[in-house]
Amino acid sequence: MNKPSAPTAPTQETEPVTEQAQKSNRPLKSGKSIVPGETIASTALIFVIAIMAFLACLTLGAVSMVSSSANKWQSDISREVTIQIKPADGQAMEDDIRKASRIALSFEGVSKVTALNDAATARLLEPWLGSGLELAELPVPRLLTVSIEDGANPDFTALRTRLEAEVPGASLDDHRAWVNRLTTMAVTMVFIGFSVFLLMMAATITTVIFATRGAMAGNRDVVEVLHFVGADSAFISRQFQGHFLLLGLKGALIGTASAIALFLLLGVWSYFSVATPQGDQASALFGSFSPGILGYLGMFAVTIMVAGLTALTSRWTVHKQIQILQDYNRSL
Amino acid sequence: MGREVLSDLSFQVAPNSFQFLTGPSGAGKTSLLRLMLLSIRPTRGLVHVFGQEASKIPPRQMPTIRRKIGVVFQDFRLLNHLTTYENVALPLQVKGKIEANYRQDVTDLLDWVGLGDRMHVLPPVLSGGEKQRAAIARALIDQPDVLLADEPTGNVDPPLARRLLRLFIELHRSGTSVVIATHDLSLMDQFDARRLVLNSGRLQIYE
Repeated sequence: MNKPSAPTAPTQETEPVTEQAQKSNRPLKSGKSIVPGETIASTALIFVIAIMAFLACLTLGAVSMVSSSANKWQSDISREVTIQIKPADGQAMEDDIRKASRIALSFEGVSKVTALNDAATARLLEPWLGSGLELAELPVPRLLTVSIEDGANPDFTALRTRLEAEVPGASLDDHRAWVNRLTTMAVTMVFIGFSVFLLMMAATITTVIFATRGAMAGNRDVVEVLHFVGADSAFISRQFQGHFLLLGLKGALIGTASAIALFLLLGVWSYFSVATPQGDQASALFGSFSPGILGYLGMFAVTIMVAGLTALTSRWTVHKQIQILQDYNRSL
Repeated sequence: MGREVLSDLSFQVAPNSFQFLTGPSGAGKTSLLRLMLLSIRPTRGLVHVFGQEASKIPPRQMPTIRRKIGVVFQDFRLLNHLTTYENVALPLQVKGKIEANYRQDVTDLLDWVGLGDRMHVLPPVLSGGEKQRAAIARALIDQPDVLLADEPTGNVDPPLARRLLRLFIELHRSGTSVVIATHDLSLMDQFDARRLVLNSGRLQIYE
């Protein structure tokens, strides 16, 4: 079959349908993409994506804060060990304290040794023994706090052996029992947090997929028209993928920005609530109320993932629809 | 299995031919057009398009086949968020043509179908007849080898129907095979052409 030539201008027999129409100065193009933009379904999709991204970022931020707080508690407590010297008859306590300090400081990684003076020890015992305590009259053990440099790991076994050998009545408490408990608690909290985050992401992914497919259902006619005018699968997929990537990005950015704004507000509240019972309680659990750089990077990743997921879902939905339309053997 | 809509049909649409497809409402005109458009498959029998048996055409080749077939749907199927100009230009846009290269062709065709002053408006503000002409222009813009039109004059008054018919005749003279599904006898009486008459799912051909 030969390709027909272009329709020619109407002949005498085929009079023009109308006289040459007056040209309008209005633009010929609507400025809109082939995929309809501002529909109720797409607005609802942005709203749903924004909510899910907000909740996912909130969960991620909270997990990030709890995780860094737990690490901080663990690190704080493991950066300090205590030497206890029990008094004994005929013992020169001050000499023993100096000796224990010298021994501790001789170990690599020990930055400082502080002996609790009489006044501090009395204050420590005040809740049990009352005020006006005369330590000289009581066999009260003396405490020395040994500060450890960041990242250092002194040989506590050797330190303990030397102290017990050279300072009578001295013992070393490296808080191992507490550190172990805190480690277990921190790991559990972070595990629970990440489990909640993973559940949240699963809910986000499912919601985004279903909301996108819902919004796509309204575009079925557009896909059919494009198909019947000869658009290939790649062209149609490209149109929808680009459109839904923008919708996803818009929704995810709104959700993420709202979550970041909430964290900033909580940070400001926490700053002005220092030294109040509520502020102390909150900062004990969450630290500085900042998700930290990793938390913010995670939120950025959530934004990209949600937008990408929206685009991919639309592409997949369109692809399935076109497959059905194009496959003659399935079109019964 | 449901009621058999069409049975024992055998016919050919020759290159550069003109035919009316007619019959009472519910006779199966639209179903037959959909078979020719490859949007449905017959439960029995074969459809050949441009020398190829339809079930042997790989899906990736379908867009190329469809670009050779212009369709005017009974319900127009215009995209309501795009202007008349954009709707008519759609077949060229999906082929990846640059707008500067087809702008003049689209405006000329819209002038030709009498929508020169309606190019910039959205379909919801067009009248039934204007939508009809926009749908026809969209089907013609890429100069298809075959034009399938389902009740193309169903929404217009008789004078406009006569004008549209002249448009199809002009297209036929320029080399396109035209199939017009209609039950408008007065329209068919205006042009001596082959008639495919469907009745209760059976086809009679009057050359």
